[in-house]
Amino acid sequence: MRRYFGRKLFVYALTFFIAMTVNWIIPRFMPGDPVQSRLARASLQSPEASAAMQAYYERLFGLDVPLWQQYLNFWASLARGDLGISIWLFPQPVGDIILGAVPYSLALLLPAILLSWVVGNWFGAYAARNRWLDNTVLPVGYVLTATPYMWLALLLAWGLGIVAGLFPVGGAYSFALTPSATPEFVGSLLQHWFLPFLSLFLVALGGWAIGMRNMIIYELESDYSNYLEALGAPRRLVRRYAFRNAMLPQLTGLALQLGTLVAGSLLTEIVFSYPGLGYLILQAIRNQDFFLLQGAFMFIVVGVLIANFIIDIVYVLVDPRTRIQMQGGAA
Amino acid sequence: MRRARAVRGRRTAKAGLAVAAAAALVAAGCTGGSGGAGGTPGSYPREETLFVSGSLWGPPANWNPLMTWEHAAGTKGLVYETLFLYDPQADEYIPWLAESGEWTDDDTYQITVREGVQWTDGEPLTADDVAFTIGLGELESIPYHNVWQTIENVEATDDRTVVVDFSEPRYQQWAFWLYGNAIVPQHLWAERTEEEISAGANETPVGTGAYVYETHGQDRQVWSRNEEWWAQEALDLRVGPSYIVDIVNPSNEAALGQVLQGSLDLSNNFLPGIAQVLESNDDVASYYPEAPYMLSANTAWLVPNTTREPMDDPEFRRALAFSIDTEQIVSGVYGDIVQAADPTGLLPNWEQYVDADVVAEHGFSFDTQEAASILADAGYEDTDGDGFVETPEGEPIELTLAVPSGWTDWMEASRVIADSAQQAGINITADFPDENAIVDQRVSGDFDLILNNERQISSTPWTYYDYIFQLPVRESQSTVNFGRYENEEAWALVEELATTPVEDPEAMTDIIAEIQEIQLQEMPIIPLWYNGMWSQVNTSVWTNWPSAETENNYVPTLWANYHELGGILMLTELQPASGG
Repeated sequence: MRRYFGRKLFVYALTFFIAMTVNWIIPRFMPGDPVQSRLARASLQSPEASAAMQAYYERLFGLDVPLWQQYLNFWASLARGDLGISIWLFPQPVGDIILGAVPYSLALLLPAILLSWVVGNWFGAYAARNRWLDNTVLPVGYVLTATPYMWLALLLAWGLGIVAGLFPVGGAYSFALTPSATPEFVGSLLQHWFLPFLSLFLVALGGWAIGMRNMIIYELESDYSNYLEALGAPRRLVRRYAFRNAMLPQLTGLALQLGTLVAGSLLTEIVFSYPGLGYLILQAIRNQDFFLLQGAFMFIVVGVLIANFIIDIVYVLVDPRTRIQMQGGAA
Repeated sequence: MRRARAVRGRRTAKAGLAVAAAAALVAAGCTGGSGGAGGTPGSYPREETLFVSGSLWGPPANWNPLMTWEHAAGTKGLVYETLFLYDPQADEYIPWLAESGEWTDDDTYQITVREGVQWTDGEPLTADDVAFTIGLGELESIPYHNVWQTIENVEATDDRTVVVDFSEPRYQQWAFWLYGNAIVPQHLWAERTEEEISAGANETPVGTGAYVYETHGQDRQVWSRNEEWWAQEALDLRVGPSYIVDIVNPSNEAALGQVLQGSLDLSNNFLPGIAQVLESNDDVASYYPEAPYMLSANTAWLVPNTTREPMDDPEFRRALAFSIDTEQIVSGVYGDIVQAADPTGLLPNWEQYVDADVVAEHGFSFDTQEAASILADAGYEDTDGDGFVETPEGEPIELTLAVPSGWTDWMEASRVIADSAQQAGINITADFPDENAIVDQRVSGDFDLILNNERQISSTPWTYYDYIFQLPVRESQSTVNFGRYENEEAWALVEELATTPVEDPEAMTDIIAEIQEIQLQEMPIIPLWYNGMWSQVNTSVWTNWPSAETENNYVPTLWANYHELGGILMLTELQPASGG
């Protein structure tokens, strides 16, 4: 057991190191110079002023030293927990910017992914043994998964937001409110949260339902099901076994989904003007904000690793084969 | 029994999830705004609040009035104020924090500071604050360091008088400085380090203006009215809205939706296709009731790299100017919400400076035949029969017009430019690299053709000519003369213009006529169209918006650096629709 997790942790640490290095390198290969682009916006009157300020800001961001030194400085400040100062949102610290955005992303994506997974699996499993449901859920599921997300989201925003006027189409809470612990404010948060949530939920739902339905049918036709049925086991029992086996691939799929969760959902955030990490990442790339990009990607890397780790543990709990393998390996 | 447990388990899991989501949301909301500086907590009443968008390109990050290009829009204008305003619509300077200002002799400018102005911390505004702010230019990292270099001495001779001695007065530049830069309080800024002054976030701004900082979040900036604002008494002006909620630019779809819903009062976003909305929706309006709907904010130029063949040949550049179908851009790409530019490129508010005779003689207009014949006369011929001309030496011409990827209107416009130039035999293809890559190429001179519109409307055409002709050409051209055009004669004229008093429009007009003659014969840069001062308003909550049909003609925008061009005066004209 200890060896199993020891090996896993080592792999995680190595992955973290490599991923962070790649995250550090790639933005620096992008064409363009962030300080220059930033100052280009200033439309300064004179080139002398511009040259002086260019030098000033390069020193400020630590971009005036050789690349290898910048790389070492990066790890040194990361060790201190310092993610640097954003170039795009100068002079805000990257850590503060990300912490301001992460709660929105989590609050949107965690419920959307988990609920769509639970509901999708349940629907799918149910549809597999009900002809009427199968004929309705399945086509709807196919339509939902095949719908381009952008289109569905726009349709929801237009239909429920603008035409019906039921939901607002921008922001995380009413632009007329200040954050406070009043019921009015919480209500406004939920009202603004609902449409982006619904769009994510709907799109993911179809995929899970189809996957589960197919999986159940496959399991019900497998040898062990036939054998159980031949022994005269009740249909409920057979189904329960099939359901458990069908869950395993779905669980892996969930792990992958949860990993990308921290990246936020860029399109959702754009269509519904909802704050979050995805928007930050897009803007960081556009503005060549090395430091914000590094910080945001660090969250993604850590998110993926943590999600994987949790699923590793969950697998040990739900899949007896893994347990046996581990005991075999330890023996 | 097992079943019951399973069901209960699932239910608690769901409830837990909902609680977690709600908790995360509340946490998000609370970190979103970092505490208000007083004011009413809770909510902003709809009828007292102005909702705007179009000026914040990202979450508000700093409130430093000296960082004019990236502070939260409104920091300068709403909170910190300038000595003068300049109203481009009326072409007049309006004394603001200064009561008056004048050149007492050729090298001395005297400012009389307005009496009774208070910083929001209760201290009075004095001549020392003004002298201190001008003196900050001594620091290299201050954007107006170049202005300081023409100044010999700044002194507050008494509580209300500042005397500025110039070593080489550049009157146009100084006039531009006077309304373009905010005064900061000496008693709060004198102790700061250079880094805090030029690059600090200044999170608790203390200004003299009509509004104070209220709160901000990732997607908004909120200002609340300064009830003690000096102009209420001194000028009998009062800003209408108690609150301004400035929303970080949403997507075009969202902004359009919000204007239609009436949840946004003023959108200074570029909204493609807005013309149809304006025609069909009675609540939504713009400055002009019909095309071009919008005022003009800046000129979009086609910049040829004059260090490369064949763009180094004025005849070729002239032929290029004749070949471009600007009308197609105006109507096809923009749906008539912009106007085609004058051949001189001067904005409509500078109309009086356009020399009609010079334009009649040397100006250009879309004419494919004329373009082809200029090319033929200058020796550009299609020798290999591919439909495109070669240089007089027989080298093929293949030019690339680079436009930032994702700027959809410019991308469409560049396709029109390439198509119409090809009709005249000039082989241009449009290319769409990343914006940062284009900035890089522009600075280093590594391009054939680019579009640029970085010079905004201002009080003097000198800013435009400085942009076109500035010499010397350096290794990196970061702000002006991207085409690296060298003409000593033209630059000498621009320098002469710089040292011409703004109070002497005749002298200015004479010099400008000479510059225009060179400009139109040489075409160092080709004016195409005027980008609009995008502004669409919803009149359901606030009325009396600027309009060509009323007396209220102030610029209808709250873009950064437009408050002092009249944006703040627009706010004083707004009235609640309910008549309250």
